Amino acid sequence: MSMTLEQSEQRKAWGFVAPALAWTLAFFVVPFLFMVAMSLWSRQSGAIVRAWNLDNYLAFFEKAALFKGLVNSLEITLIVTVLSVVLAYPLAWIIAERVPKRFQRMALIMAVLPFWTSYVVRSYSWLLVLSKNGVVNQTLMTVGLVGEPLELASNRTATVIGFTHFFVMLLTLTIYANLIQLSPNYRRAAADLGANAFETFWHVIVPLTLPGIMTGAFLTFVLCIGDYVTPQILGGNNELVLPQIIMLQLGRRADFPMAAALSIILMLAVTLAYVLCARWLKIERA
Amino acid sequence: MLRNVLISTASWVYATLIFGFIFLPVAVLVLFSFQDGRLPVPPFNGFSTQWYTAVFADRKLMAALLNSFVVALFSSLIACLLGFLAAYALARHKLPGSALQRGLLIAPMTVSYLIIALGLLTVLNAFGIPLSLSTVGIGHVVINLPLCFAIIYSSMGDHHVNIERAARDLGASDIKVMVLVTAPMLMPSILAAFFLSVTFSWDEFIIAFLLSRFDVTLPVEIWSLLRSGLNPKTNAIGSLVFQVSVAVLMLLEFTLFRKTGKS
Amino acid sequence: MTAAVSVQNATKTFGMFTALNDVSLDIEAGEFIVLLGPSGCGKTTLLSILGGFLSPTNGRISIGGREMTHVQPANRPTTTMFQDYALFPHMKLRDNVGFGLRMRGMAKAARDEKALGFLDLVGLRAAAEKKPHELSGGQRQRVALARALAVDPDVLLLDEPLGALDLKLRRQMQDELKAIQKRVGTTFVHVTHDQEEAMAIADRIVVMNQGRIEDIGAPADIYMRPRSLFSAGFMGEVNFIPGRVADVDPVSAQIETALGTMTLARSAFTAGAPFAGQAVTLCIRPEHFRRAGNGTAELVTLGSAQMTGQAFFGTHYRCHLRPQGAPDLSIIAHMPQSAHVSEGEAVTLAVHAGDVVVLPSATKDA
Ligand SMILES: Nc1ncnc2c1ncn2[C@@H]1O[C@H](COP(=O)(O)OP(=O)(O)OP(=O)(O)O)[C@@H](O)[C@H]1O
Ligand SMILES: [Mg+2]
Repeated sequence: MSMTLEQSEQRKAWGFVAPALAWTLAFFVVPFLFMVAMSLWSRQSGAIVRAWNLDNYLAFFEKAALFKGLVNSLEITLIVTVLSVVLAYPLAWIIAERVPKRFQRMALIMAVLPFWTSYVVRSYSWLLVLSKNGVVNQTLMTVGLVGEPLELASNRTATVIGFTHFFVMLLTLTIYANLIQLSPNYRRAAADLGANAFETFWHVIVPLTLPGIMTGAFLTFVLCIGDYVTPQILGGNNELVLPQIIMLQLGRRADFPMAAALSIILMLAVTLAYVLCARWLKIERA
Repeated sequence: MLRNVLISTASWVYATLIFGFIFLPVAVLVLFSFQDGRLPVPPFNGFSTQWYTAVFADRKLMAALLNSFVVALFSSLIACLLGFLAAYALARHKLPGSALQRGLLIAPMTVSYLIIALGLLTVLNAFGIPLSLSTVGIGHVVINLPLCFAIIYSSMGDHHVNIERAARDLGASDIKVMVLVTAPMLMPSILAAFFLSVTFSWDEFIIAFLLSRFDVTLPVEIWSLLRSGLNPKTNAIGSLVFQVSVAVLMLLEFTLFRKTGKS
Repeated sequence: MTAAVSVQNATKTFGMFTALNDVSLDIEAGEFIVLLGPSGCGKTTLLSILGGFLSPTNGRISIGGREMTHVQPANRPTTTMFQDYALFPHMKLRDNVGFGLRMRGMAKAARDEKALGFLDLVGLRAAAEKKPHELSGGQRQRVALARALAVDPDVLLLDEPLGALDLKLRRQMQDELKAIQKRVGTTFVHVTHDQEEAMAIADRIVVMNQGRIEDIGAPADIYMRPRSLFSAGFMGEVNFIPGRVADVDPVSAQIETALGTMTLARSAFTAGAPFAGQAVTLCIRPEHFRRAGNGTAELVTLGSAQMTGQAFFGTHYRCHLRPQGAPDLSIIAHMPQSAHVSEGEAVTLAVHAGDVVVLPSATKDA
């Protein structure tokens, strides 16, 4: 019997989805599984030994230098996430509520304009601002507030500033998108029921924008904890974060198994964060 | 009344401060790209375009610029094409395990670029495949495919189904339906997916860094410039990229998206 | 140009759900057929099977004598006109109408010419350069018709093409559709759930319910001589009066009801020969009631009834009556404008024997 119309349609549909699936399988799933396998091998005297063991993971918990990397990563990421939300929310609110409607789009574009510098250059430009002979130090010295230049770059603060700069822009965008979707009727209803401006904001606006905030915060967390560029340029050599340590394994020692194990740990941290805030995350099903 | 004035003032002060914070590094970057001297930090010695001249004279930078452009263009085209086909198949047909397939296609979005790069690197090494611009492109398709798929898939509304059926009914083959009917109808979101991909690929560092060898992209070339410390030439190439991006953005804003924004 | 359509024992199931249940239907070339039925009864499913968007789970389709069960829509001599018009939003009307010709490889000049001709047919030649979003609902509907006709289909399938239009425009488009169908001679299969629309345009109506065909026939036939209770009720207001066949002879049957015993010709039994003891339902349309004693022959009297309510409808009075023989039955009857009836008044009901249809009562388990 010949194929039914539905069957031949379905067969064609498989043909259309196949290339994308194949690409994802070949260049994402297979490499990932390969990396998982790799993390269970080890590197001895320059060669990779394909003997299954948990040595890399055990080493992570035993060697303080490695474990400290995760702690640094988590601390920096949490500080950056909270700081970015706290700084971005008022800006998004001002653009959504205080700026006249027809200028809002322009104000938003301005607020995220530095996105369009290259990512590497953005961190570099903070060096210009923060380094020993940078803009801030020279200004302070000219004014006479300090005699000696301050050590502003090459430390955790510089990393946090660099990250925050990037994520304030990102979060302003996501929170703004959330705020303008709120019907003005919520505010009117709240005022009608006797709430003052602050109560309205705290009890009505904030809870309603919470999903948007959480989505933005999660995005910040994921991008921040996996980033190598910003800490490498701004963070100095004292408090390495996990991605830097991973890159060290690759570079100096070519220890792929260890790098793979650390990557898996990094991924688990992200997964954990996802599980923790999953109930606020509204990943839209289209 | 008074409270309103207070909020207004506070808003203005806050907005000014934050905008200052956002623009400070970029302003410094651009200003000192015109520095007449060897250090891109105060004092500003005078206006000079010598560093831009130096950028254009730098064969490696120019090659990297071209490489970045090629990689961004091709990886975005592939990502859009594959994403479009997959979205068409999954939005228009009932395939077994379609939720799983969607999940799989979106999955790379939730994984750090570093991990994607590392995974690809280990596999490429294992199979002895040499690193090149193509391997960078492969990596960039991996990160952009989920994006293109998600954007295009979410714009394929059910109200388009009968329009495509009508086209098939009138004799169009599947390819013709897609080219003549589906793609034109979804053009705004396809373009959005494409330009977003180009931006991401253009600016991507870690995958390009780990998966390339001799031919490198612009972010990787700038990375190696950074070894020379603070250098007005880095300012110049950074400002250049910024200015061109903003110009393109404005162009798109006032032509393409102005039009589609209305309809 | 035109072709006959034959559906043989088509069944369509979606998982556990049977959307079409053993449907057989023969349509003559050039006929205007209307599929009529309530929402969800399987009209669209049947149309999709004819158009090539679905294959039947069982059964066969042939069009113009050729086997079509699993043939792609593009390769069928059918075109479909969709309820939401499904015009290509990014194309001018001329290109919309010319699309099918373009797919058939016709050169631009020739197909533009032909497209303009079809736009002319639906009165939209002047708007050829416009895009669909610049048109009103009725105009879009015409473009969809022109586009479907432009490829000279043998069979045109129309899925509730008038559903989105307001009542006035709808009546106007019905007439136009009918006129255009006469002109082009194509077989039309038209879906609707509006029985007035069906009667206005159909050569034959196919009444469907729960995936089955209940009745097939010319509009007057379906209305006056329905072959199922569902069909009788769906085509318009009707009184159902339960009864029992007391006796059968070669030309007539005697029926006992709460309103009295009556003798009806066997032609009143549209759904099959009666047998003694059969539980039946009498179907009487409200406009078929006559006042007894008008002197005309062959009147069957139904006893006296009391007027319990009435409303003036312009062309007639619509009255609620409570029969003396069966106080729990409520009868609806239309009275002429001249009938000065008042509430509480007693009237004697009567009908022409030829207007009564008798159908087997629905058995409990069916
Ligand atoms: N693809 C499908 N999957 C599952 N059930 C379906 C599918 N298509 C139709 N059905 C079911 O089959 C039944 C008949 O559907 P159909 O669309 O033919 O009804 P219809 O008579 O056209 O109704 P309407 O007047 O509302 O358009 C409905 O109950 C519907 O829910
Ligand atoms: Mg329908």
